[in-house]
Amino acid sequence: MPTLKTTLAAFATAAVLGVPATASAEDYTIGVSIPSATHGWAGGLNFHAEEAKKRLEKLYPNVSITIATASNPGEQANDLEDLVSLRHIDALVVLPFESGPLTDPVRRVKQEGVFVTVVDRGLTEDGIQDLYVAGNNQEMGRVSGKYIRERLEDEGKIVVLRGLPTVVDDQRVEGFQSALEGSNIEILDMQHANWNRDDGFEVMQDFLSRFDDIDAVWAQDDDTALGVIEAVRQAEREDELFIVGGAGMKDIIKRVMEGDDLVPVDVLYPPAMIATAMDLTVQHFMSNGPVLGEYILASPLITQDNAEQYYHPDSPF
Amino acid sequence: MSIVVPDNNKPMKRNGFRFDIKTWGPFIALIALAILGVLINSAFLGADNLSNMLTRSAFIGIIAVGATFVITAGGLDLSVGSMAAFIAGVMIILMNGLVEQFGVGITTVLFGIGASLILGMGAGFINGVVTTKGKIEAFIVTLGTMGIYRSLVTYLADGGTLTLDWNVRDVYRPVYYESLLGIPIPVWVFLLVALVGYVLLNYTRFGRYCFAIGSNEKVAEYSAIHVDRVKTLTYVLQGVCVSLATIIYVPRLGSASAATGVLWELEAIAAVIIGGTVLKGGHGRIWGTVVGAIMLTMIGNILNLTDAISNYLNGTVQGIIIIVAVYLQRASWKKNNV
Repeated sequence: MPTLKTTLAAFATAAVLGVPATASAEDYTIGVSIPSATHGWAGGLNFHAEEAKKRLEKLYPNVSITIATASNPGEQANDLEDLVSLRHIDALVVLPFESGPLTDPVRRVKQEGVFVTVVDRGLTEDGIQDLYVAGNNQEMGRVSGKYIRERLEDEGKIVVLRGLPTVVDDQRVEGFQSALEGSNIEILDMQHANWNRDDGFEVMQDFLSRFDDIDAVWAQDDDTALGVIEAVRQAEREDELFIVGGAGMKDIIKRVMEGDDLVPVDVLYPPAMIATAMDLTVQHFMSNGPVLGEYILASPLITQDNAEQYYHPDSPF
Repeated sequence: MSIVVPDNNKPMKRNGFRFDIKTWGPFIALIALAILGVLINSAFLGADNLSNMLTRSAFIGIIAVGATFVITAGGLDLSVGSMAAFIAGVMIILMNGLVEQFGVGITTVLFGIGASLILGMGAGFINGVVTTKGKIEAFIVTLGTMGIYRSLVTYLADGGTLTLDWNVRDVYRPVYYESLLGIPIPVWVFLLVALVGYVLLNYTRFGRYCFAIGSNEKVAEYSAIHVDRVKTLTYVLQGVCVSLATIIYVPRLGSASAATGVLWELEAIAAVIIGGTVLKGGHGRIWGTVVGAIMLTMIGNILNLTDAISNYLNGTVQGIIIIVAVYLQRASWKKNNV
């Protein structure tokens, strides 16, 4: 519950800025704080947040949603303060830029009595969030590894293009390696391609000149995969290998849908998870059932058969 | 540094034959690095690998040739990476839009290329004029335009990726992937840009003015050099180089996004300095720049060819090699002048 002091402070700020301070009992304001669209996946994130906002506000006239985008952790901390003091939010949906620096700012929001939903990147301390919505990075790696293992029938030579050196990348690679354990699949080398198309192209070019025999490529990310595809095409080695990306970018899903031999599958790690988080947060106020705890999205294998349901041609990602 | 006498004022030895480590330093460093590459993995010398590497280095190399002029004349351009991304974005949108009107033929591609050149010149001109007429430090002006172009391409791409029409791409693709006389087209472009740059910098009045302005702007002004005009021209030249680099970049992956060309400005500046150009101006070497650009690409390539070094340490290796390469040159500067 807000203390008398914070309530007064909110009134004062609201009076200055001309924002209505108290919403009527049935009105809910939800703040969404996400990184700005600086790369493909984040672009998808912004797109799906906007879509969810439109859909939810139409569905529930008494819900209003404010989306704030930040281009660095400091800016995001400021956004959180503004959402509380100026918008007087009832709930916060936050995808933290970085877990460490944003843990404390989110805690302060929580102390104002706001319902907190954390998305994708967990905070470094337990007990702050009411709801946690995230993909499963380990599972994402495991599903990719399992597919490659089955497709190669336990035997073959593969190369791995890792992401940015972060916890997310580590977890995925861990899951991937655990899926290959006990098989005769040899990982020739792993290099960081930073979830980037150009880096994917260059790293793959070098893998191709270094190894004469590659059966499969785990690119881990669809942007990287697009670079890999070009490098393989340039070397004219499309026939000897296949590529597994990840995330669910529309260009790759389209190839899977069309039955491209080079990119037979994709593994989902969708930016649309922000919409899931917003839906659940609204349900916290609307549903008569409790909405608390953790909601971990599956990382299904996208094949030609089910690709259509993951295809968003209007999304920038 | 002020006691360093420019080369051309030094009395030349008879026959002019003297091993000058300042000129040859970057080449020696390049050869040393290449030997290291071969030792690490014999695939390094494979025709495919060499051609991949040189083609890759063309982007930074072409941009760095332009940067050599800007830096020699005492300026700095931080906006080149964002500019390349922005130009690539506009090219893609334009070509996609023209498909309906002109079909997927050469015409559409030529329009894209033309637009790229105009945009490059325009962007360079803006950097130049704001710097000289506005009397604002180049660092600030180009830091500003760097942010502007980066956010414009993000805006154009809606935060995602702009992708060139598949059919146009098939027409445009050879510009990156085809070879002429066994040498990839981007390498030809790089070579040509370097040659023109070499002549411009060393055998024309414009080049000498760049040296003069970079050495001492006030003295240059008193010597009746149109300082503002020459400086602006160096930025325009830089813009054209960025546009040329973009023209061969777009057919490679057929896409542009906010992640395109990130940190290219720093790589270009590093290439220029590794090549023996002085960061504070007054002295520039085009062939050094060319070698510097190839060296930077080569480091990345060699690191990809080995798993002996932890991936996490790639940046450390790059950093050490860059600093050592420049140190070797600077140390020899001292020796030669004692």
